[in-house]
Amino acid sequence: MPSTNDALVMDEGKIDRTLTRMAHEILEKNRDLESLVLVGIRTRGVPLAERLASRIREIEKVEIPVGVLDITLYRDDATTVGPHALLKATHIHFPIDGKKIILVDDVLFTGRTIRAALDGIIDFGRPSCIQLAVLVDRGHRELPIRADYVGKNLPTAREESVEVHLKEEDGRDEVHIVRAGITSRKGEPSSKEKSQG
Amino acid sequence: MTPETGFRLRHKHLLGIEPLESEEIRLILDTAESFLEISTRPIKKVPTLRGRTIVNLFMEPSTRTRSSFEIAQKRLSADSLNLSSSSSSATKGESLIDTAKNLEAMAPDMIVLRHPAAGAAHLLARVCRSSIINAGDGAHEHPTQALLDAFTMRQKKGRIQGLEVAIVGDLLHSRVLRSNVFLLRKLGAKVRASGPPTLVPPGLDRLGVDVKTRIEEALEGADVVMMLRVQKERMVHGAFPSLREYFNLYGLTKARMKQAKHDAIVMHPGPMNRGVEIAAEVADGSTSVILDQVTNGVAVRMAVLYLLSGGAVGELAA
Repeated sequence: MPSTNDALVMDEGKIDRTLTRMAHEILEKNRDLESLVLVGIRTRGVPLAERLASRIREIEKVEIPVGVLDITLYRDDATTVGPHALLKATHIHFPIDGKKIILVDDVLFTGRTIRAALDGIIDFGRPSCIQLAVLVDRGHRELPIRADYVGKNLPTAREESVEVHLKEEDGRDEVHIVRAGITSRKGEPSSKEKSQG
Repeated sequence: MTPETGFRLRHKHLLGIEPLESEEIRLILDTAESFLEISTRPIKKVPTLRGRTIVNLFMEPSTRTRSSFEIAQKRLSADSLNLSSSSSSATKGESLIDTAKNLEAMAPDMIVLRHPAAGAAHLLARVCRSSIINAGDGAHEHPTQALLDAFTMRQKKGRIQGLEVAIVGDLLHSRVLRSNVFLLRKLGAKVRASGPPTLVPPGLDRLGVDVKTRIEEALEGADVVMMLRVQKERMVHGAFPSLREYFNLYGLTKARMKQAKHDAIVMHPGPMNRGVEIAAEVADGSTSVILDQVTNGVAVRMAVLYLLSGGAVGELAA
């Protein structure tokens, strides 16, 4: 159960309202919905991209294609660190040449995941632009990368970790900050703990 | 994932299927599933093995396996070097160990070895620092072939467990047979094999294979029919009177395929001898998945290269 080492920073209602606001911001900034596509970064960027697409569908009655990107093969430490994440397939079944791509991830941290994702996207074609939407920006960038749409700016210490739980993956919608050395309540490392952020 | 439960092979080398656990086989097949997609992209390349050097040392003729490994390496951005028996110093009398040690002095990360002698890959694994991938050693094993065969069966049949697999042909000289038997038994398929009695190795039944003398018995109710090549180059003595007689007794024809299940698939590791072990109409027929095997071979080899390259702290295989 939540202890002093584990702070709940977003609950289900907050995540829901945040995504609705982000969908509005995306629509405000991109008037031409014809060329808009969403690409979720595995794992938790994918349900977030799908939720943003369904918000946009509710607001504008337009179907935005959603792609899935696995960045494992593009990581800068792909062959130097310990156990591999299980590689899952990338599904981008639409042409991306000339499209406006909104890349979606749960937590923006060092920026290395996004760097890898940009390389991955470029292998599928030449989009007219790529924008970045993240649920949480926790700072500590190691590369010159910033998000265009941020659900919540969350100042953190480097040794803390941010855990995003989503219903599609984890059965509940919650964002926690967890102090170093303490794993999440069920003991399963989630989201950004082991990845590059 | 935690370090304890991380997805990795527990081996530094891929020397055969025999030393692998069934979970490791499933990991390779699952990983290959994701690599299949890369070959359908406009830019068929990912940067994963950038800066890695891989030597393909082929001391025996091979088109399919070598080009498949080469394409897999290119699609992972590895640098590769191809050496074949005709272009290597082996023709000048250099031993395999000396060749390998000299190559190692140039610091490759992996060596893919095809060699006519069984155990050649194991020998290199003992003396080399690089990861060794066995691409066929004599009549012993050909692990990536068995993995791509299993991948193709799973793709077409949705499972391996409980499949009835008939393997027909030159069982004596076949490393493909041995690797397939190890793999299929570990994953719970049933294997029957058939071939001329002069080409059946003694003790095959001890590996869990149901050996049948007549091809019709082996095909009866099979889900998968795997034909093996008649290895004419290995046939030092007359194991059968003529190729024609071989075809009459053991060739896979449309009529014989009726013994198998109606949705059975036909596989062949290649290269095929049309009119010897398989009739052209079967090889080119709708039940044939022979070219799918080739396509899948690239994805499976990418998976093996990727998994062997990661966090190389695994213990030595054997």
